[in-house]
Amino acid sequence: MFPRPIDQTSPLTQRLYTIALPIALILWLLPLLGVAVTSVRPASDLAQGNYFGMPSYIAFENYISVFRDSDLGRYMVNSLKVTIPTVIGAVVLSCMTGFALGIYKFRSNLLVFFLFVAGNFVPFQILMVPVRDLTLDLGMYNSWTGLAMFHIAFQTGFCTLFMRNFIKALPFELIEAARVEGVSEIRIFWYIVLPLMKPAIAALSVLIFTFIWNDFFWATVLTTTKETQPITAGLSSLNGQWVAAWHLVSAGSILAALPPVLMFFLMQKHFIAGLTLGAVK
Amino acid sequence: MSSYWKRNQLRIAPWLFLAPGAAMFLVYVIIPIFQSLSISFYDWDGLGEAVYIGTENYVELIDDDAFYTSLKNNVIWLLLYLLAVPLGLFLAIFLNQTVRGIRIYKSLFFFPFVVSQVVVGLMFSWFYAPNFGLLYKLIELVTGNGIAILAEEDYVTYGIIVAGLWPQIAYVMILYITGLNNIAPDQVEAARLDGAKGLKMLWYVILPQLRPATFIAVVVTVIGALRSFDLVSIMTDGGPYGSSRVLSFYMYEQALSEYGFRMGYGAAIAVVLFAIMMVFISGFIWKMWRDETER
Amino acid sequence: MTHLKTGALAFAAALLMSGSAFAQTRALSYNADFDPTPLAAFQALIADFEAENPDIKVTLNNFDHEGYKTAIRNFLTADSPDLANWYAGNRMAPFVNSGQFLDVSDVWTDNGLGDQLASAKASMTIDGKQWGVPYTYYQWGIYYNKDVYKAAGVEVPTTWDGFIENCAKFQAAGIDCLTTGSKALWPIAGIFDYLNMRTNGYEFHMDLTAGKVAWTDDKVKATFAEWAKVVPYTTENHAAIDWQDAAALLVQGKAANYVMGNFAVATFKEGGMTNDSLGFMVFPEITAGLPRAEEAPTDTIHIPAGAKNVDDAKKFLAFVARADVQTKLNAALGQLPTNKGATVDAADPFISAGFESLSGAYALAQFFDRDAPAEMAKAGMEGFQEFMVKPDRLDAILERLEKARGNIYK
Repeated sequence: MFPRPIDQTSPLTQRLYTIALPIALILWLLPLLGVAVTSVRPASDLAQGNYFGMPSYIAFENYISVFRDSDLGRYMVNSLKVTIPTVIGAVVLSCMTGFALGIYKFRSNLLVFFLFVAGNFVPFQILMVPVRDLTLDLGMYNSWTGLAMFHIAFQTGFCTLFMRNFIKALPFELIEAARVEGVSEIRIFWYIVLPLMKPAIAALSVLIFTFIWNDFFWATVLTTTKETQPITAGLSSLNGQWVAAWHLVSAGSILAALPPVLMFFLMQKHFIAGLTLGAVK
Repeated sequence: MSSYWKRNQLRIAPWLFLAPGAAMFLVYVIIPIFQSLSISFYDWDGLGEAVYIGTENYVELIDDDAFYTSLKNNVIWLLLYLLAVPLGLFLAIFLNQTVRGIRIYKSLFFFPFVVSQVVVGLMFSWFYAPNFGLLYKLIELVTGNGIAILAEEDYVTYGIIVAGLWPQIAYVMILYITGLNNIAPDQVEAARLDGAKGLKMLWYVILPQLRPATFIAVVVTVIGALRSFDLVSIMTDGGPYGSSRVLSFYMYEQALSEYGFRMGYGAAIAVVLFAIMMVFISGFIWKMWRDETER
Repeated sequence: MTHLKTGALAFAAALLMSGSAFAQTRALSYNADFDPTPLAAFQALIADFEAENPDIKVTLNNFDHEGYKTAIRNFLTADSPDLANWYAGNRMAPFVNSGQFLDVSDVWTDNGLGDQLASAKASMTIDGKQWGVPYTYYQWGIYYNKDVYKAAGVEVPTTWDGFIENCAKFQAAGIDCLTTGSKALWPIAGIFDYLNMRTNGYEFHMDLTAGKVAWTDDKVKATFAEWAKVVPYTTENHAAIDWQDAAALLVQGKAANYVMGNFAVATFKEGGMTNDSLGFMVFPEITAGLPRAEEAPTDTIHIPAGAKNVDDAKKFLAFVARADVQTKLNAALGQLPTNKGATVDAADPFISAGFESLSGAYALAQFFDRDAPAEMAKAGMEGFQEFMVKPDRLDAILERLEKARGNIYK
C-alpha cells in the first residue's frame, strides 16, 4: 500500500494527520461553504454589509422566493426533460454499438471504434453552426427534443468507448458456446450479453445524467426561451436579473447543483467505476 | 431469405447493431465537422445568402489581435490546467488512508467535480467579487488594497483557471485513488525491503504502475483546458475588454452572440481550435491503437 | 419554436371546435421581448386594439429579453410571426438589407406619421423608406444624488469644466464623482456618445458610427481628451461590476453622478431614493455653441417579410403610432411617447425633464450600439473600457478600432 498506512507511523504523525484532514477539507470546500452560508443569509444582512459574520437568522425564505418568484422550478423541469431521454437514448444506442464493436471481428472494427473515440474529443465549436442549422431545419430548435437529439448522438461516442471496453472484458466463451448451440445473434445480445451489462448501464446512466444536467454550451446554442432552457442556461440568465442579490444567486446555485450531487451520493460506486474506467489495467 | 440470414448473420449483425448509433453520430458529429470546414470559406450572417470568399476569413484571422489574445490564453490554460495532474496525485496520496470516515472525506473532496461549471463559475465570482468577495477581503487585509481579480487583465485568466482547476483536481484525484488501490502490494513491500521510500518510492515504483491513470488524467485535462467555455462565459464574458477570451469563447462570440453573427469567421476560428485539438487527439488515438493491436 | 407551433395548433383546434362563431376572426401573431412591466402595458394595449377590432385576435409570444436577440434571427427565417419587436437605427439594418423586414412606408403616409413621429423618422428610415413604427423612447443624461451634492457643498454644473471642478471636491470628500459599471460594456458607450456629441456634434457622431471618419481622427482624440479628465474620478472597479451595482453606489451616496438611461430611475427608487434625493441633468456643454443633441434609444415594431396577415399587421402599427394610444402606453411604461401629439405625466419629474430635454434637442441619436453595426459596437465598447482602465494606451486602441473599421464597413 502506498503511501505507508498512517497507523504504522509515529503517534505524532497520526495526530497531525487527523487534524490536517478536516482543515484541508474546509479549505478545499471554502467557495462552496461560502455560497451555502450566503444562500441562507437574509437579504437584510447583505444590505447591511454583513457578508461574513453569522447570518442574523437562517433565511430559508431565500429558497422559497427563488422557487416562487423565478422560473427556476421550470428550468429544472426542462433539464429533466432533456436529461432523461438523453440517458435512455445514449445507453440504448451504445449497448448496441458497444456489442457490435466488442464482440465481432470485422475489418473496419477498429476504424469505426476510433472514429467514435475521436469524435468524442472534438471541440464543440466545430459542430456548433452546422448542428444549429440542422436543428432549425428539423424544426427542433428551441425544444427539448432538439437538445436531446444532439446529446444522444454526441454521448454515443463516449458511451460506445465505455461499453465496448466493458463487453470486451466479458468471458467470450459464453458467446461462443451459445453460437455453437445455434442461438441467433440478436438473442445472444438480448439474453446473454445485456444482463451482464447491468453494472455498465448503471455507471453510464449516472455519468451521462451528470454530464447532460451540467451542460451549458449546447443549452445556450439550441434553446432561447424559459419554456425550454435547462437549468444551467436558466441560472445564467437569472444571474443577470439577480445582480447584487447574492443570497438568491447562491440559493439558485445550490438548487441547480442538487440533482447531480444526490445522484453522486446515491450511486457513488457506479459513478466512480464509470469515471475511472481505464485508469487501471 | 432466412437461410441467407442464417449463413451471413455473423457478417451482417454487427452492422445492424451499429446502424442507429453510427447514423446519429455521423449526422450530428462527423458530418458537421466537414460542414464547418466548408462554412469557414464563406461570409454568412445566418440570414442572407452565404458568399464564397475563399481563404479571406483565415487571412483576417492572422491579423486579428483578439485571435492572438485568445490563442495566448488557450496556451496559458493548457499549461496551468495540467497542474491538476500533480495536484490531484498529491491529494490522492494524502487521502489514500484507512482512518475512520475517510470514505466521506474522499466523497467530499470529489464533490466539486459533480457540480456544474456554471455553479462553479458563480461560486468563484462571488469569491472574487470586489468590495465584499472573500478573496478580495483577504487581499485587502494583507496588502491594504483589494484587487478585483476579474477586472484586471493581468489576473483575470488566472482567476478563471483557478476556478477550473478546482473540479479538475477532484477528477484527477479520483482517478489516482482508484489507481493507488490497484497497485500490486507485493511490489511495494519488496521495494520497501530494498530501502525505497518517500519520493524515490513514488517515482520509481508507484508512478510506473499508475501510468494508465496518468494517461487518462492527462487526456481529460487537456480536453478540459481546450473546451474552457462555460467558466469564461459565466465569470467574465471574455472581459475586461476581451482579455480573458479563449478560442472556444471567441468563436461563439463571433458566430452567435448579440454583437456578432459571422458564421464563416466563427467557423474559421473553430477550425483552428479543431486543428490544435487534432494534434492531441491523434496522439491519444495513436497510443490507444498501439495498446489495442499489441494485445 | 415548438410553443409557437403548439400555440397555432391549439388556436386552429379552437377554431374547429367552436365552428362559425370564430370563423370571422383573423389571427395576428406578435413576437416580443418585454420585461414584466412593459408586458403588462402591452397586454392592456392589445386588449384595447382587440376591442376596436373585434375581428382580430392578437397572440403575443413573449421572449426573454436577452434570448430574443438571437431568437429573432431564427424565427424571421424559419417561423415568421406577423409582428416583431426590434430597435431603430443601424440595429435594424441587417434585417432590412437581407429583406427580412417589410417596407411600411404606406403606413406612414396613410396615417400622417411623417409629421406626428417626425423626431423618430430619420432613425426608422433606410433607403428613403420606413421599416417599422416606434412606440417609445427614453432620454439619457446624468442622474445625480442631491444629498451628496449638498453634503459636498457643490452646485449642479452647467458646463463640463464646472463638472470636472466639482469632481475634485467630491474626491476630497471620498466620493466617486462619476460612477458606472462596465462589466456589460454598454453603460460606458453612453458616456462616450455624450462626450463625443458635446465635443464634435451630432453629425460627427453619425459619421463615426457609419464608418465615414477614421477613429484616429483628431476630433476623436479630442473626445477622449475630455474623457481623460473624468477617468481619475470614476469608480475604480467599474470593469468588475454591473450597472445595477453602480446604481447602488449612487443610492448609498458613495458616488455623485451617473450617466444613464431613464429606465434606471426605477432601480434608484427601489434602492430608496425619492424625487427629493434623485436629480436629473442634461449632459453639460463642452464645445460652446454646438447645437445640443441627445441620446434617445427608440423601441420599435416591425412586420417580418414572412408575415401571413400583413393587412392587419399594418392596422396594428397604425394603432400603436396613434397619439392617444402612445399616451396611455407610455404612462404605463414610464417612458416617453414618440408621437408628438401624445402627452406625458407632468407629475413625474424625470419623465417631464426627459420630455423637455428631447423635444428641445437639435437631433436625437439612438445609442452607440444601435447606430454602429454590431461588430463595430462591440470593438468600440471594448476599446472604451480599455481606455478607462489604461488611458495611456489610447493610441493603440484607436489604431485597433481603425483596423476594425476597415474590416467592418466594406
